[in-house]
Order: sequence, then C-alpha cells, then structure tokens
Amino acid sequence: MNNSNNKDSRQAHAHIQKSFYEKTARNRIASIVDKDSFVEILKPGSVPTSPNLASLDITGSFDDGVIIGKAKIKDDAVYIIAQEGRFMGGAVGEMHGAKIVGMLLKALEEKPKAVVFFVDSGGVRLHEANAGLITISEIMRAMLKVRNAGIPIVTVIGGTNGAFGGMGICSCLSTHIIMTEEGRLALSGPEVIETLKGVEEFDSKDRALVWRVTGGKTRYLLGHVQVLVEDDIDEITQAIVDGIQLPIDTVDLDYLQQQQKGLQQQYDQWFGEKDSIAIWEGMGITEPESISMLSAKQVRAIKQG
Amino acid sequence: MQTQTILAELFPNELEYQIDNWVIRGSAETKAGKVEIIGTVDSAAINQAIAITLADAVLDVIAQGKKTPIVFIVDTQGQDSSRADELLCLNRTFAHLAACVDLLRRSEHPNLAIILGEAVSGGFLSYGLMANQIFALQSSQVKVMDLNAMSRVTKIPLDKLQSLSKTSAIFAPGVENFYKMGAVDEIWVNLDEHLVENAIESQRTHIQDFLTDNRRQVAKERDGRLLCNEIVDAVLSA
Amino acid sequence: MNLINYTFKSEPFDVTTKDVICGVVGSGNLEILVSELDDSEQSKFIINTSVSGFDHIWEAVIQEFVNRYAVGGLQFEINDMGATPAVVSLRLSQAINILEGEAHE
Repeated sequence: MNNSNNKDSRQAHAHIQKSFYEKTARNRIASIVDKDSFVEILKPGSVPTSPNLASLDITGSFDDGVIIGKAKIKDDAVYIIAQEGRFMGGAVGEMHGAKIVGMLLKALEEKPKAVVFFVDSGGVRLHEANAGLITISEIMRAMLKVRNAGIPIVTVIGGTNGAFGGMGICSCLSTHIIMTEEGRLALSGPEVIETLKGVEEFDSKDRALVWRVTGGKTRYLLGHVQVLVEDDIDEITQAIVDGIQLPIDTVDLDYLQQQQKGLQQQYDQWFGEKDSIAIWEGMGITEPESISMLSAKQVRAIKQG
Repeated sequence: MQTQTILAELFPNELEYQIDNWVIRGSAETKAGKVEIIGTVDSAAINQAIAITLADAVLDVIAQGKKTPIVFIVDTQGQDSSRADELLCLNRTFAHLAACVDLLRRSEHPNLAIILGEAVSGGFLSYGLMANQIFALQSSQVKVMDLNAMSRVTKIPLDKLQSLSKTSAIFAPGVENFYKMGAVDEIWVNLDEHLVENAIESQRTHIQDFLTDNRRQVAKERDGRLLCNEIVDAVLSA
Repeated sequence: MNLINYTFKSEPFDVTTKDVICGVVGSGNLEILVSELDDSEQSKFIINTSVSGFDHIWEAVIQEFVNRYAVGGLQFEINDMGATPAVVSLRLSQAINILEGEAHE
C-alpha cells in the first residue's frame, strides 16, 4: 500500500517536472533549448517596468510578461519569444508587444533558422487596450514578413491561458502550430460568449465542452493546428525540432487561394455544428466520445490512420 | 450619417454596390481609375461567413492582375460571439483574411480602409488594421471595449479609467485616441470625391514605402505611444 | 501602489555573482531581480508593491533575511503583487540559492 502511494507520488512529481503547462516562461525556455544557450535580449533591469501600468497602480514586471532572446535547439540557431501567462494573463501591452515586434523585425535582418513562439495569452491587455490592439496588428504584419523571408515561425500552445483574442489570430499566422491537450486556441473566450449570448450558447463552466470546442485535440483533428503532443517537455522539444526542418510556403496568391478553398470546404461541410463530437463522428471516427480519454499518440494514430 | 449618403459623397462617379449579409461589395470610378469596394456595414458582427466572403473578394481582385485599388469599408462591432464560429476556428479565418489584405500590399495594389461607423477589436484587426492606410469619419467609434465593460473586467473603478483617459490615449475608446496611437492616418471631417482618389494617387507615387509598417513612428510623433519605438530599436541593436 | 526603499548592513556576499531573476508577478506572488552593488557591506532593497500600508512587515521580513544571509554587495529589486511574508521570504531565499548554485558551476 505504501509502495504504490510512493510510486504514484513519484510519478506525479515526474510529470510535473516534465510539464510545459506548469512551468514559468523562463523555465519553459530553459528546459527546451540547448543547455546555457539562451541569451536574453532586454534582460530584466535594462528597461523600466511599464509606466502605463503604473498609472493604473498596477505593479509591472521587468520583462512586461514576455521573454525574448536567442538560443540553440539541437544546435539550430533560433529566436525565442515566450509569453509569461501568469503576468496579466499573458496579455499584450505596449512594451510586451514591442518586444515581439522587435524580435520579428530582427529575424528579418539576422535570419535565424526559425522563430519559436510560446504563446500563452488572452490577447490584448485591456489596461493598454489601444496600444495592445495596434501592436497586435504590427505583430501580424511582421509575422507575414518573416514568413515571406523564408523563416519558419513555430508556435507552441500549451500554457494556462491558451491563445485567445488577438493572440489567437497571430498564432494562426505561424507556419507550424504545436498544441498539447491542455492548450486552447480560439478567438472569444467561452466566458465572454456566455456573458453576451447566454449559457445555452456556451456553458463556460462545462470544461469538457470548452476543450471539445477550443482544445488541442479538436484543433488537431480538425486540421487547425499541425501537431498534437503530450504535455511533456521532451515531446514538445522534438516537435519543435521537427517543425523547424519543414519547408515553408510563401504567402502568395496560390497559397492563399488554396487556404481559401480549404476554409470554404470546412465551412460548407461542418458549419452549424456546436460540438466537435458530431464532426468527429462525421469524419468516420468510431467512438468520438472516447477522444477525450485518449493519449496524444492515440489521437494522432486516428488522424493519420 | 447613413452609409448610403456617405458612399455617395465619397464616390459620386459610377458607384455601384450590393449589400448582402452585412457585406458590401461594389466599385466606383475615380480620377485614379476604377476602385473596388469591399467591406462591412451596419455594425457587422464578423463571423466565418463574412470573413470568408471578404477574403474571397480580395483574392478575386488580386487574381485579375490589374493592381486595382481596393477601398475597405469598415463598420463592425467586432467578432461575432458564436460557439459554432469558434468551433471552426474563427481566429484562423481572421488570420487568413488579414493575410489576403497583406498580399494586396505586396502585390502593389493601393489600398485603404475607411471607418464609417464602428471599428472594434477583432473585427477591426481582421482586415481594416491591415490596410496601407486607415481613414476614419469624425463620427466613427473606434475601440477595443467600452469603459464600463473594461472596468468590470479589470476591476479598476470606472472613475479612475475615465479620469486617466483624459490625459492618456492608451486604452479608452475614441477615434482621436486611435489617431494618436498611429492606427488612423487621418480623420475626415468633410467628405468629397477627392479624398479617395488623392489617397490612391499618393500611394502610387511611393507604393514600396508601404511595405514598412511605420505606425509606431507615427504614434511617437503624435505622443500616443511613447515607449514602443525605443523598445523595438533596442531589440534591433541588441 | 507603493515604492519602498531600504538599505541594510549585511556581511558581504562572498562569491562573484551574475544577475538573477526569480519569481513571477502574479496574484499573491512576486519577482526579484538581484544585481551587484558597489558597497560590499550594504544591501539595497527596492520594492514596488501593489499593496500599501505594510511597510513595517516588509522591514521585518527583510531585516530577518539580511541577518540570516550574507548579502552585502547585492541589490534586490522586487515587483510584488500581494505576496504573503512567507512567500516573500521564500523567494528571497530562492534567489540566494540560485546565486550560490550558479557560483558553484
């Protein structure tokens, strides 16, 4: 009896050690990049904390909630952008957004092998709403420039806030998105939809439903993201390494026309469904209700098989 | 001012358009040649259908290969609040629409957005904010969220938000704030047929310049955003 | 919001240091940035906190910290969002552990 308890608690501890979700942004970086290879840009202390937040009596953070820098992943030189979800919900303010824009523009000059983006954000930081919105637009334009310069943008969504709002849009401008089951990707948060349209439209307390609509498994099965992995640092690292090697498309007319076709097709086929179970069933998945219990590997096998 | 009236003042020559499901699609003749008109009207709540339709219209114009200028009409209350739209990843459709507008820029189509009514949050992000230039009527309402809702969500007292918004353009609704932030190029007070054609002709004289996003420099000149330029420069020189 | 400054005497921290950052500015949490100070017999604390009226508690926590550890020659910049004294002490100790850990590498 004691032995199995110890084993359970050791396993739980081991899981937390390997969990991306549980880590701070800095720890995510440290556990993924090659040892000691991370060189932070605009280290804490090099710029003041946000005066915009200070005017609202809110304590700022030295990095304004996003850590940027250069690193190596399995010897490939990459740029890292990692949002700290625990600071203001990872939301984008003036300085936070400018750091991201700066890294993307820098990538155009120095041409790293890839830009690796750990998105963990509710979107625009309301306290700096206008600056946040415009900066997200600047991030969108910069991401497209980086892609058209042939530099992959590999995004990982697996943190506490997921990727919502303007960061949900930016995530979908990446060349390659890796999600864990814990991750969520959407535009409006379920609570917002419930507030505006009522609980019938979206019961935000129904966690299983929230994940069936916005979670990693559904995004993967519906083709909204490329990769689904466990909440495991090693799996995520490997997925990033694999993603970096993939050739990328220029965002030209042919590419966008193809995307347009795909969107139209999915819309024609599935629009109106409010739960992914019906879609999974329609895709020929035999036990759609069991998807939530399956591992990432099993879900991948279903999609590929 | 009604959409109809506004459009007639901006496009007095051979204006023709259709409005279907909050989407406007049309064209007009100007001194600068034919312009295509694409956009939203009546405070559209942008959903999958609208975003897909707008993107389709943009790609059609590009495919014609004539570098025809596009005028984007913007009147949106933001993204629609709908589980069905979210299930099919509305943010992804928005990203696609934004990429289509961006392709206009790279394909040297002069393009501009005109905010006639509302321009809100995600709806504005999806296409209006991607245009080469953004103009707004003085009466337009540009915002992320109104102060009441902002106060509820942030738990900052409304009176604090109201008083701070008198001296800062950083968060409060208002077309003047977005002008200061560098998002709105000009606020149009009196409408006439020259506004659009002048903008297009001017764009044509230096179309390559629009490949560079200069909004943060404009924001600095207008004292709207004071920090972002230094941050970007510091990152670039690191 | 409150900005508090303290300077305390403390035994010199006896290893060459690097900058250290630890913690996160989340609700009930704080981050600490440690850097070098010229005077090796003093330790400086700059506290940016969202909560006012607890200066005496900060003073007590920090006094205890500088008595327990030799932190002369170090500056601690703190961004606090309502952490309890226990969490503050924990983070301060954590910062020292990281510094000593890095010094040993």
